[in-house]
Amino acid sequence: MAFVSSGYNPDKPMENRISDIGPQKFDAFYPPVIGKNKGKWLYHEILEPGVLVHVAESGDEVFTVRCGGARLMSVTHIREICELADKHCDGYLRFTTRNNIEFMVDSKDKVDALKKDLVDRKFDGGSFKFPIGGTGAGISNIVHTQGWIHCHTPASDASGTVKAAMDELFKDFQDMRLPAKLRVSMACCLNMCGAVHCSDIAILGYHRKPPMLDHEYLDKMCEIPLAIAACPTAAIKPSKVEVNGKKLNSVAVKDERCMYCGNCYTMCPSMPLANAEGDGIVLMAGGKVSNRISNPKFSKVVVAFLPNETPRWPSMTATINRMVEAYAKGANKYERVGDWAERIGWERFFDACEIDFTHHLIDDFRDAAYYTWRQTTNFKL
Amino acid sequence: MAKHETPLLDQLESGPWPSFVSDLKQEAASRAKNEKNVEYQIPQDVVEDLLGVLELSFVHKRTHWKHGGIVGVFGYGGGVIGRYCDQPEMFPGVAHFHTMRVNQPAGKFYKTDFLRNLCDLWDFRGSGLTNMHGSTGDVILLGTTTPQLEEIFFELTHNMNQDLGGSGSNLRTPSDCVGQARCEFACYDTQALCHAMTVEYQDELHRPAFPYKFKFKFDGCPNCCVASIARSDMSFIGRWKDEIRVDQEAVQGYIGGELVPNGGAHSGRDWGAFDIQKEIIDICPTGCMTMDGKELKINNKECNCCMHCINAMPRALRIGKDTGCSILVGAKAPILDGAQMGSLLVPFISTDDPYDEIKEVIESIWDWWMEEGKNRERLGELIKRQGFQKMLDMTNIKPMPQHVQEPRTNPYIFWKSEEVPGGFDADITEFRKHHQR
Repeated sequence: MAFVSSGYNPDKPMENRISDIGPQKFDAFYPPVIGKNKGKWLYHEILEPGVLVHVAESGDEVFTVRCGGARLMSVTHIREICELADKHCDGYLRFTTRNNIEFMVDSKDKVDALKKDLVDRKFDGGSFKFPIGGTGAGISNIVHTQGWIHCHTPASDASGTVKAAMDELFKDFQDMRLPAKLRVSMACCLNMCGAVHCSDIAILGYHRKPPMLDHEYLDKMCEIPLAIAACPTAAIKPSKVEVNGKKLNSVAVKDERCMYCGNCYTMCPSMPLANAEGDGIVLMAGGKVSNRISNPKFSKVVVAFLPNETPRWPSMTATINRMVEAYAKGANKYERVGDWAERIGWERFFDACEIDFTHHLIDDFRDAAYYTWRQTTNFKL
Repeated sequence: MAKHETPLLDQLESGPWPSFVSDLKQEAASRAKNEKNVEYQIPQDVVEDLLGVLELSFVHKRTHWKHGGIVGVFGYGGGVIGRYCDQPEMFPGVAHFHTMRVNQPAGKFYKTDFLRNLCDLWDFRGSGLTNMHGSTGDVILLGTTTPQLEEIFFELTHNMNQDLGGSGSNLRTPSDCVGQARCEFACYDTQALCHAMTVEYQDELHRPAFPYKFKFKFDGCPNCCVASIARSDMSFIGRWKDEIRVDQEAVQGYIGGELVPNGGAHSGRDWGAFDIQKEIIDICPTGCMTMDGKELKINNKECNCCMHCINAMPRALRIGKDTGCSILVGAKAPILDGAQMGSLLVPFISTDDPYDEIKEVIESIWDWWMEEGKNRERLGELIKRQGFQKMLDMTNIKPMPQHVQEPRTNPYIFWKSEEVPGGFDADITEFRKHHQR
């Protein structure tokens, strides 16, 4: 494994340096039919789950076949995507915001061969490489974060929970039977790199124990003021401790103020908080970002905690399934999960989804809590 | 024979959804074989060790990653996330496993030659594992060592004309929806605006000068496919201000059942015949539509552009022609004081190149936030702390009823001295002439 230089000279880092050039210009990557008809599309139709046609003023059509993908993707897999795009789509493709892969062709004749090629490809373990779906009133791919694959503060895994959930929800990835689209997302700690706070159903990793304190190393490893400043609830204060007869500078954590965000751990590696019993899953529901019919909404916490049942999180997937089925059965056409819950009342949501209501679900965090309590006699028994 | 046994992860190979475990295994096998004789610059068994450490996490139910130290490329304060494994002796291949963020092209369209070059580079100098894409939008190159960072950056910029994305207290990599490239709903060219702002603000993107992260996202219409309204400090959402274009013949086509409603989005269930009264007119949130005989009438002045009727009857109804965007500010995830949705700042603004009006709003917001924002305070939190009215002052935007869902319910207005005739300097002696102590 000999080091191969790119041409970069570490002694003269500014020599020939190119910086601040930004990304590739998007239009260099447009398939010709897209470049030609951009801004002149008339309408679209979903021909079957995962297959769309867009028709332009010119009469041109572009057919899109949408496939699910694990966002964690190897170069071997990307090269296979490239091979498919070269074979069927003149070397063009795109990805969606929800980590789907879209293969586009400019005539209907090309769709069947493309679809067949996609569906026939499976991983050695048996799963589809390119399942077609994710359109219309169904469940699209789950957007998610890194989890145990690459992050220092996760309270659960992301790729694992998503694989387990999508296996359960797979029929709705390939169907459009729901009253409206249903968006699922996953974030592996409350910092929510994945912004799951406005999803129909959100899977959220959550710690439940304050950080441990590695007093012996804390002052050596960390800038104590930074660790204190990192705490959003001011739960950390400086302290002096005695370890093995030595007086050390360290910190103390007021446990009842800790919200388990891990921000202190980001600043100070001597304050780890991962814990097998403490960590697990919070489920949220009823959020959306679209302005269609009703305003965008935040997701609400509907299950305070489920344990990390590796490798397939069965309690989590069973609860999600119950929510999806109750929604499919109870909601009116066009109602999102949150619209449905508001119409029937959240008391009925818990009945319909067979979820126990616990004290954890009553907001007690700062001012906003008050606005979520019931201030009317308009409720159902 | 795999380097590490992974009985728990192996259970994630079954089931229909693409298995990341199977993909990792195929990458591990490909590196082990090395058919192309790549001179791997980081350990050849990196993926096997990643599987091993992930299996250990599935056993321990805890992560095995430490937070990174300061790593990066010269002159940039973002784009690289340091990462180290906390079991380096067991998994030496991933002892150092840094991430690089590569700024994706707007709209996430690609040509295969570009992707192949990226794969070749990442095979050679990294783990061969990526995220297509990360939550913010970048292509994430997952896992390399410190000595490779400058080499990768050099090759990206010199051979691929490609830059890194943002991380830290920077402008984060902007992202957008598919927009006018392939969507008839888009009210402006999201890719053009996204790219223009990315290029315009390269310095802010690469060099941390902000109190905290700052995100731009660009949605072509109020359907908000890229979720800008929930997850960007500044959200640009397409909007028209004239009339919805109506094709009355196509309206009849939907009523008569010749056209498939909702662009076929609900075809997985028999919902019965399309009923324009029940499905459109009655649930229009502003009640601005009526049927007048065979004609669909829209009181466009009252329409709030929610997109429902257009989504439901895409062949009959089209967005207006006088288009631009709204700007909403301050959205963020819940940490700390609860989630914030974007709040409307500019109801309508031109999206014409060179976007001078938009830049003026951006820069006035940044001037305020950089002056007043505390360390790690997002824009939304500053707006809450100093007040919406302060933001209007700082951006020179006139208050209007569109800015509020409803007016305030308390009269505790903090009047300014100059707003009250005579100001706050009252003369007590003069007062006492008429009012005894």
